[in-house]
Amino acid sequence: MNNEHGVPTPVGGKIMTPVMKFCLALTGITAVLLIYRFLVGLGAVTNMTDGHPWGLWIAFDVVTGTALACGGYAIALLIYVFNKGKYHPLIRSAILTSALGYTLGAIGVIIDLGRPWWTWKLPVFFWTWNLDSVQLEVALCIMLYTAVLWIEMAPVFMERWEEQDEKPKLQEFSRKWTPILMKAMPWLIALGIVLPTMHQSSLGSMILLAGPKLHPLWLTPWLPFFFLVSCIAMGYGMVVLETMWSRTVYSRYRETSILQALAPAMVVVLLVWVGVRLFDVFASGKTGYLFNLDRFSMLFWAEILLFTVPAVILMMKPTRTDKYRYRLFVSAGMMVTGGMLHRFTAYWFAYNPGEHWNLYFPSMFEIFVTVGLIAAEVAAFMYIIKRFPILTGRPSAALPT
Amino acid sequence: MDISRRGALKVAAFGAATVAGARKAEAREKKTAPADATGMLYDATLCIGCKACVAACRDANDLELEAHSVLYDDPQDLTANTCNIIKFYDGEDQQSFVKQQCMHCIDPACAAACMMGSFQKRQNGIVTWKPERCIGCRYCQVACPFNIPKFEWDSAVPAMVKCQMCLAKAGTTEAGQLNEVGQPACTEVCPRQAVIYGPYQELKAEALRRIAEEPDRYEDHVYGLEEVGGTQVLYLTARGVSFQKLGLPELGTEPVPALPVGLQHTIYKGFVAPVAVYGIVAGLVWRARRQQDDAGEEVGA
Amino acid sequence: MVLPTLDSPPYDPTGLDRRDFVKVCSMAAAAIGLPAEAAAAFVENIQAGRKPSVIWLHNQECTGCTESLLRTTHPTLDELILDLVSLDYHETLMVAAGHQAEEVRRSVMEENDGAYICVIEGAIPMKDDGVYCQIAGHTSRDLVREVAGRAGAVIAIGSCASWGGIPSAAPNPTGAIGAPELLEGLTVVSLPGCPSNPYNFLGVALQYATFGTLPELDALGRPSFAYGRYIHEHCPRRAHFDAGRFVKQFGDEGHRQGWCLYQMGCKGPVTKANCSTLNFGEVDDAWPIGIGAPCFGCTEEGVGFTLGKFETVEITEATPPATYPPIFSSREGPNPWATMALGGIIGGAIGGGIIAAKKVSQPSEDEIGLGEV
Repeated sequence: MNNEHGVPTPVGGKIMTPVMKFCLALTGITAVLLIYRFLVGLGAVTNMTDGHPWGLWIAFDVVTGTALACGGYAIALLIYVFNKGKYHPLIRSAILTSALGYTLGAIGVIIDLGRPWWTWKLPVFFWTWNLDSVQLEVALCIMLYTAVLWIEMAPVFMERWEEQDEKPKLQEFSRKWTPILMKAMPWLIALGIVLPTMHQSSLGSMILLAGPKLHPLWLTPWLPFFFLVSCIAMGYGMVVLETMWSRTVYSRYRETSILQALAPAMVVVLLVWVGVRLFDVFASGKTGYLFNLDRFSMLFWAEILLFTVPAVILMMKPTRTDKYRYRLFVSAGMMVTGGMLHRFTAYWFAYNPGEHWNLYFPSMFEIFVTVGLIAAEVAAFMYIIKRFPILTGRPSAALPT
Repeated sequence: MDISRRGALKVAAFGAATVAGARKAEAREKKTAPADATGMLYDATLCIGCKACVAACRDANDLELEAHSVLYDDPQDLTANTCNIIKFYDGEDQQSFVKQQCMHCIDPACAAACMMGSFQKRQNGIVTWKPERCIGCRYCQVACPFNIPKFEWDSAVPAMVKCQMCLAKAGTTEAGQLNEVGQPACTEVCPRQAVIYGPYQELKAEALRRIAEEPDRYEDHVYGLEEVGGTQVLYLTARGVSFQKLGLPELGTEPVPALPVGLQHTIYKGFVAPVAVYGIVAGLVWRARRQQDDAGEEVGA
Repeated sequence: MVLPTLDSPPYDPTGLDRRDFVKVCSMAAAAIGLPAEAAAAFVENIQAGRKPSVIWLHNQECTGCTESLLRTTHPTLDELILDLVSLDYHETLMVAAGHQAEEVRRSVMEENDGAYICVIEGAIPMKDDGVYCQIAGHTSRDLVREVAGRAGAVIAIGSCASWGGIPSAAPNPTGAIGAPELLEGLTVVSLPGCPSNPYNFLGVALQYATFGTLPELDALGRPSFAYGRYIHEHCPRRAHFDAGRFVKQFGDEGHRQGWCLYQMGCKGPVTKANCSTLNFGEVDDAWPIGIGAPCFGCTEEGVGFTLGKFETVEITEATPPATYPPIFSSREGPNPWATMALGGIIGGAIGGGIIAAKKVSQPSEDEIGLGEV
């Protein structure tokens, strides 16, 4: 099998492409903006208020961003829990996306915090932990999981460094640490499966503390389950999107058949989500909210649609053929969007502090910083896949510019 | 179909665990007021809107003035500079004042939210904030059903601000004693005794007594007795002026942290589940790697 | 206007030149808020010799209201009683005494029957058939009834005459009551106060003297122009009340700064009067609150001489509401630019997604499917 797909190799080629330059420019501007933000405080640059203390940065950068980075988790589940080794070619880019996504999520948190200088106290002062706080577990898990992800990436870096005779120090480092790492890898992989299970579901539990301020359609003890299942769905979706896209761009083997093989897993996840979601609404007597024609019912049905339609498409036989691979792509896009919408709704749209509070909409600054963080992630991703062995498949004849 | 029966069973098992957690969310114990709990009783029928309490609170806590009009201090709402405010309800038939400040809940959502332990119920059950561990994440603001904690949005070193019954004054990190007269500044200056301070049980009894003695004067409900599991600040209002008209939200009796914290504790009780799951998953990973290694599939990251 | 001193020549009642005289009338009109035309009407009336007759009765009183009338300057009391009205009977100021004085009173009443102004100063005792205040063997009660009954206008000056004042304070041993209560059925203009502000009296008297009308009166017979508002509603220290700045102790920092005296028992919120705007003695801030003493409600029955000096009162009318924040403030909408930007980004993302979908669908020549080698 390895021979068909090829071992992972760096894409190579020019780093400073126009796209890269654009991304770096956005990142640079964002860095300057962030200096300003820390000098003047959050009120001057964001639209967050006491009525809406969490805005775009939490809803997207942190909550959605980490869910988009669940590809590594979702694939690891298949490979290691369900013992489906054939998905191996996908794992490296998935873990890379996860590592970058969680790092950017962590940076997003730091940007949003009012007093980030005490953040180090959280893992250190364990005797002060408030065990009632859901956020405690989320924060600790994310900290640990981000570290785990980068350690899981280490073999990739070290594989490259081992070959680089021109950098003997790195070579030595890699040769020394690779076997140790390999021994520890199963424990790390297991950690990399348990930790996201914990914190992605807890991200759902976390917003339940908004209590009466959360719309009843999202105020449900099932929310952690919905967050967990949808993050798996988003993980698969992102893997499909990112795999198909990066391999197209860099003319690598598309791995379409492996991606198509993901379809049943995706269908199960999607239908379980939709089924339990509807069951919960009916069982808790909240059907009255479904047909109000207010924005909450629309959001609810949008979520359902964004998860059901891809499930239907994926179940159709033609989707599994090469001719209709765009359906796979579009379905993945819908799943990701559906998961994003679910999180945005729980953390923003369905959060109502009271009728008289000003509505929240992100400021230009907040939007720009979010775009800048995404640009940073894209830039890092492009650099790493070009210099390190991430993508499998033989390179095509024509290299990208 | 790639999902085997075993795989489906694993999914089901996981789902069942979460379901169990969901059902047992009510397992969290109901909290009661501490034995030495103190509180405030605000009787809207006695308040004349003199705002002495607003001025006294500013003074006692070194808060800045807020000018919104020709008056040099007329806050419009609780803010990072205003821990206590008098608002005016201008109804068609009746008018009333209302004093707003932290409710000092018996099961505070803010304290349940704060992972760093900055918000806590401390002396006399008063909910206070300490700066030395706060990271400014504002989860407390998300949690509070009354939207009380305020954030200093305009500061580079922002604090969380709310009434602390003059227990911990601004600028100090120690939870000091109540001020020299033994009660918060607002209850001390009130000329009509519209807001009084004292042991929670006594205030509760007093509020119920007032309603019993003058049923035509008051709405037959003491706000804060049951709302969100009870608050140490209680309200009485004039008959005909509902609490909602005064801006006090209509809330259930369930404390806000009950659902999420109950869920969390059920799932993570004693940290057994995560460790157990970890053990199982580690075992599965071992097996998978070995099998895949044998099969010649690429193993490693 | 030159005030007389010891060295001044003796007063010559005919010596007022026309210019000064018009000035007096103008000032009098202005002082009570009548329009400028009133001044001309005053001048005309008086020059035509039509000075109204005034019979001023004293009962249980301290003469403070008369004394306060002595402290006016526009017009001065001498201008008033010599030029503007004909003060035919006033026990403190008149020269006549004893039976002669009573004879004057009777003849004035005959001559001006139904046209004279009857001013009542002091409360009227009713207990024991009213024996506690008698003049020439006649009780105040009978005197007041008789004089007021044949008057063109009846003015009760001071709280004592308006509702009983000090003599009526508990336990009210003499059964003192005010003139309106005694003269039920008659229109009595009440000018409570302790003392009454003299300009309120001058306003009413001159209006009647000139136009023959009385100002608008409230339910208690008090002119609205003077007693239409609570002190609290037009107090110069109201801003301090609204901002919660209160004097807590006489002599404290707040007291020195001129803060609100509500917590010291100021009865401003329940007392209707115009001391806060008119002041006394024509000196700015020469009124109780102005000099740092809480108002004790001297004009109001049930407040003055009844409630404790330092007892705080309820505020029944919360005015004006505009200075209190409402329960809920209004809501603002989102910034349109940011909405556009985000909309643009989302649109771009969807568009980009569609383009990407097309691109990834195109097969590359290197691609081989699973199962094919």
